[in-house]
Amino acid sequence: MGKVKLEIDGKEVVAEEGMTVLEAARLVGAEIPTLCHDERLEPYGACRVCTVEIERGGKTRMVAACGFPVENGLKVRTRSPRLDRMRKTLIELAAVSAGEWEEGSKFWTLVREYGADPSRFASRVQIKPTKCIVCGLCVRTCSDVTGDGVIGFVGRGINRRVVIFPEKAQNCWTCRYCQEVCPTGKISPAGPLHSFPSIDDVLAGRV
Amino acid sequence: MPRLNSRADLEELRKEILAKRDPNKPRITVCSGTACSASGARQVAVALEEEIRKRGLDAEVELKKTGCHGFCEKGPLVVVYPQEICYVRVRPEDVPEIVQSVKENRIISRLLYVGPGKERISRESEIPFYKYQKRIVFGLNRQVDPKSIEDYIASGGYGALAKALFEMSPEQVLEEIKKADLRGRGGGGFPAGKKWETARNALGEPKYVIVNCDEGDPGAYMDRSLMEGNPHRVLEGLIIGAYAIGAREGFIYVREEYPLAVENVKVAIKQAEEYGLLGENILGSGFDFHVRVHRGAGAFVSGESTALMNAIEGRVGEPRMKYIHTAVSGIKGKPSCLNNVETWANVPLIIEHGADWFRSIGTEKSKGTKIFSLVGKVNDTGLVEVPMGITLRDIIYKIGGGIKGGKKFKAVQTGGPSGGVIPEEYLDTPVDFDRLVELGSMMGSGGMIVMDEDTCMVDIARFFVGFLLEESCGKCVPCREGLRVLHSILTDICEGRGRDEDLKLIEEIAETMKETSLCALGTTAANPVLTTLKYFRSEYEAHIRERRCPAKVCKSLIAYYIDPEACQACGACLKNCPVGAVEGGEDEIHRIDQDKCTKCGTCYEVCAFNAVKKISGEPVPPSPPRGTRPRAKR
Repeated sequence: MGKVKLEIDGKEVVAEEGMTVLEAARLVGAEIPTLCHDERLEPYGACRVCTVEIERGGKTRMVAACGFPVENGLKVRTRSPRLDRMRKTLIELAAVSAGEWEEGSKFWTLVREYGADPSRFASRVQIKPTKCIVCGLCVRTCSDVTGDGVIGFVGRGINRRVVIFPEKAQNCWTCRYCQEVCPTGKISPAGPLHSFPSIDDVLAGRV
Repeated sequence: MPRLNSRADLEELRKEILAKRDPNKPRITVCSGTACSASGARQVAVALEEEIRKRGLDAEVELKKTGCHGFCEKGPLVVVYPQEICYVRVRPEDVPEIVQSVKENRIISRLLYVGPGKERISRESEIPFYKYQKRIVFGLNRQVDPKSIEDYIASGGYGALAKALFEMSPEQVLEEIKKADLRGRGGGGFPAGKKWETARNALGEPKYVIVNCDEGDPGAYMDRSLMEGNPHRVLEGLIIGAYAIGAREGFIYVREEYPLAVENVKVAIKQAEEYGLLGENILGSGFDFHVRVHRGAGAFVSGESTALMNAIEGRVGEPRMKYIHTAVSGIKGKPSCLNNVETWANVPLIIEHGADWFRSIGTEKSKGTKIFSLVGKVNDTGLVEVPMGITLRDIIYKIGGGIKGGKKFKAVQTGGPSGGVIPEEYLDTPVDFDRLVELGSMMGSGGMIVMDEDTCMVDIARFFVGFLLEESCGKCVPCREGLRVLHSILTDICEGRGRDEDLKLIEEIAETMKETSLCALGTTAANPVLTTLKYFRSEYEAHIRERRCPAKVCKSLIAYYIDPEACQACGACLKNCPVGAVEGGEDEIHRIDQDKCTKCGTCYEVCAFNAVKKISGEPVPPSPPRGTRPRAKR
């Protein structure tokens, strides 16, 4: 593996080729917030709160640090008034579908850190709180880390939600990984089977 | 048919086919595109077949069911060759007369297109709709039967492939495409040659080439008509591209909602394989290339390149991050070169006529032509192929024949849900990739929706946001939640609940969506809102501050009432009102019960005396007392 030299928040960083900006930033202690990321999983890019500013070839743009690969000469800014504003907006948008979350959860911490007003957008739509920001961590952990595939996504757009596949429910050996990775505290200590509806109920319109 | 094993075999076959054909033999062509079929072309074709058989003219008159001609407004279309007489809105009852006229070599005046000066135009190429177009890609559609490879070969088809395989190295083909400056016709206008080169130079085998026929913009059907009407040209372009890039395998992704396109491209693939133009050792050149059709399962977002590749891999068709180009890492992590239908269809032309010829058409940075689907409030709707650089005004007025019903032009929406609206002051803008972006819109795949004065721009913005709300995959927060909130705010504005701070809120959400969304669906989703806000801000303000819809479209903000001075008590509105909201009687001025009225507008449509008025932002005037007689009878 080759080495890549880049600059993060004014500091020079020597990273491994193939690393993401998020990983490289951690080398120099630059903390970039994430909600849908987990080192054990492939970068997913759903929550976008890890958005950073990059400069290359004289052009500046915003990218998701969790998926953007490091390259020589890249300049990265992980914090700026504009980034903070954007992240605050993203958190407030994520709050729309969730509606509520556990105190002390990762999401709760970010809401406070960025001074987000969770009701700013949520007050403009009428939906039942789901306590879920559809980050997919539980789904991906269940399929890619444990290989169980007990839960999955159904629906598209604002109808996207996490469901239980009843025929796979017996695989759920309550490893609690999903509960551990959930950023809002949606998954109850009783496990996913008690936190999500079954796909049959969703498809039949019972939920 | 024995397979073709050399370039000479192909040439010989072409000569053979042409030798069997008499160019002076009368030929009747029927447009069999989806639009004409929907308006009755199939019945016309059946009637023609029967009539020709009944009269025993099979040997004298040829009948051909062709691809879409593009002039959908006037379908079903029948064109008689060699004179090229174009008959519009043909019905099966007209068929005996048409066949008789072909025999007698005369023209049926009543079936001709009526021009702007009420003149009847017989030759297809003289009709303004066709006259101002430049149909290099689309033109062949009306000559060939899409299910006949012989028709395509007779027109010179697969000649470009033979030239590429036997006269040019893959590098030379690539250089020619780069030199031609062919830009992707599917949306962003990315240089095709650059993409091909990236895929060619990328490490990893096998490499893939892909046709994107997941067209889904509201009102757009260019790719559909090309795929349905001339699939061999797309296929030929794909094979040439595969040769240049070094791909041995390809996919044609067609959305399931295009059954005729699926059918015709499958027929084309089978024929090309039989003729040795596809598969192992193409034309004896040693080049192998196989292609498969992948049918889309109905998601608009699957037209996004990474989503499309996920779908081909058998996964859910939703986008993934593409900070590494798909040309480097696409299907199964292998170099995958994806272009849209129209882009591929341009390739054989560039190879056949050369990059210099292609570069001679268009503007400095946008070469060649572009097919637009011209729809909306324009007289002659349909598919139009024009050189890049033509003005919007020429497309809408010269080709499209101006605005329907003599109404005033208001805006044209280009680029589908990712594009934006362009107001009247920019009608003289030359149409190319970059100029449309400068105006806040984009070329997109070529949708062009013309809007007249009766269109509410807030309502239009809400329509497009609503479309994307349905079609967003929901994976990333800014797109999923941004669209949800935008739609809700726009609905509030349309329904009279808008707030002063809403415009700022819209702009803030739009900026976040643009900068942070995962794929292009999200980053461009706010364009229809931003452009309407940029060019028609006063309309938003009227909705919010005065509770007034200037175009009188938003139902919550309008009212219908009957002008007592103009009402003749004829009873037309009263009889036609579906909810019984009109009161009155014979010799008694009619009144609308505002509580019952659903604002469907029927009364407004049926009133012959212009007595029903549509108002917005003002109180409904009081009605005269019951029993008041109409003015004329007072």
